[in-house]
Amino acid sequence: MEKVLLRNIGNADSHRLSAYQARGGYGSWQKVVQSMKPEQLIDEVKASGLRGRGGAGFPTGMKWSFVPKDNPKPKYLVCNADESEPGTFKDRLLIEQDPHATIEGTLIAAYAIQSHTAFIYIRGELAFGTKRLEHAVQEASQAGYIGKNVFGTGYDLDVIVHKGAGAYICGEETALLSSLEGGRGWPKVKPPFPATHGLFGCPTVVNNVETLAALPWIIERGAAAYAAMGTEKSKGTKLFSVSGHIAKPGVYELEMGYPFKKFLEEDCGGVPKGKKLKGVIPGGGSMPVLRPEEIDKVNLDYESVQAAGSLLGSGGVIVMDETTCMVRAAWNIARFYAHESCGQCSPCREGCHWMEKIFHRVEHGEGRKDDLDLILNISGNIMGNTICPFGDAAAMPAAAFIRKFRDEFEAHIAAKRCTVRME
Amino acid sequence: MAVEFSPEALKQFETIVSRYPKKESAMLPVLYLAQQEFGHLGPEAIEYVAELMGQAPARVYSVVSFYTMYNMKPIGRHHIQICRTLPCALGGAEKITAFVKQRLGIESGQTTQDGRFTLTEVECLASCGTAPMMQVNDDYYENLTEEKVDEILHSLK
Repeated sequence: MEKVLLRNIGNADSHRLSAYQARGGYGSWQKVVQSMKPEQLIDEVKASGLRGRGGAGFPTGMKWSFVPKDNPKPKYLVCNADESEPGTFKDRLLIEQDPHATIEGTLIAAYAIQSHTAFIYIRGELAFGTKRLEHAVQEASQAGYIGKNVFGTGYDLDVIVHKGAGAYICGEETALLSSLEGGRGWPKVKPPFPATHGLFGCPTVVNNVETLAALPWIIERGAAAYAAMGTEKSKGTKLFSVSGHIAKPGVYELEMGYPFKKFLEEDCGGVPKGKKLKGVIPGGGSMPVLRPEEIDKVNLDYESVQAAGSLLGSGGVIVMDETTCMVRAAWNIARFYAHESCGQCSPCREGCHWMEKIFHRVEHGEGRKDDLDLILNISGNIMGNTICPFGDAAAMPAAAFIRKFRDEFEAHIAAKRCTVRME
Repeated sequence: MAVEFSPEALKQFETIVSRYPKKESAMLPVLYLAQQEFGHLGPEAIEYVAELMGQAPARVYSVVSFYTMYNMKPIGRHHIQICRTLPCALGGAEKITAFVKQRLGIESGQTTQDGRFTLTEVECLASCGTAPMMQVNDDYYENLTEEKVDEILHSLK
């Protein structure tokens, strides 16, 4: 498999402009701004089959095409570098080790929608990544790739690196825009979509770091080359962040459609210390957990994971072995969502805290007979009843842990203590 | 007691605002600047930023109180933030947290008497592959063991 996203990473200097240029860096940006029309560029990215890599998997070219061309308002392109999904650390790697690929992708995407101001919204905790990014933007500006009259074409493009201040919800695009407008990270009802009513009511596209980082390769090698990799509905390659009880944690690039079991056992070295696999989350903390027998026929692509009852999401693979208490794991995730709820919608604001409290009492020997059905009931009342998908992200894992490991939850309630933890 | 920016900080404020198409967008970076200047974002700092930004203090308060990285009360010189989310928990974060609490003699959310350390437990820091880990001010410390934690704490004066 040919590397698209990790191709530049591996030496100490990979973040420098000199190293990036030596590998042909910014050649795609030059080609785009000097010789391609925006419609051509959008068609090319549509043909590649590239889908958003933040978690939703929406076709990138199609998203760009929703920006109205005849709208007189300024257009904005935002790179979403707010990576906060539990189990996900691939954008951080790209930003720290290959910031220029993300920057070049940002410029290309901005041109596609004819934006002259691009933002890179990076979570506040990534101080080192922010330094690398700001330095790279400076290098690119000095080289003339960013700024006024790029390559003498008359096209102006400014890039602003903007730090977040600690809020998972700001990874959701409308919350990100609320934050970028200087307010609380509150999501907004869709429709209208950011493509028509985004930042300050202007046409805006928000794209994930990994999505943007793929663009220079796609422009250089062509849409057909990208679409030749992967499956029918999941083209190209994807980064997977692997963590938990696994021999070789880290970021891996795989062609879409790679067998999940093979990935875990061979590429990632399997579950260490002779322990058995008990459960694995395929796509970040918001996705339903899968039991070992459920992954036998699963391939790492959007449609296969969905058919198995979970979602590919951010590709954050969290591996849990037999020593894991699933009640405690469920509580941990519920606590995350209770903490991160923005508070706008009653089902989420109240429901997330209720679920956390109930999981907590089950884990701590005070579980009641009806607690599991109560959590399922709360989860069902959150799903689909909120302004943004955060509610679903909290509801899905809660229900999945109970459905997949009900015996363990019932044992905790009956025994009035955690029945898995080795004290 | 009213607070205000030094001339240098005021210059930085002007530069920040000039980068953005609209002044409102500068709120988050201006709050970071104020936190740096004043140590934390208490009521006086919030009123001052409100004045600078031309917004109601209540609005600025609503922004400051939303984000975890703005400190509304003073904290210690070294802010120890240990990740507690699932992958780090699987990697032993609970034991490391208990160890740090025992070493410093404080609970989560507290500051040592000498003002040296504040301890909080935080959510996923995008470092799951090198769990357990912690962030101290701007720096990440990964693949923690009790020995490493002792070294790190010792080195933070």
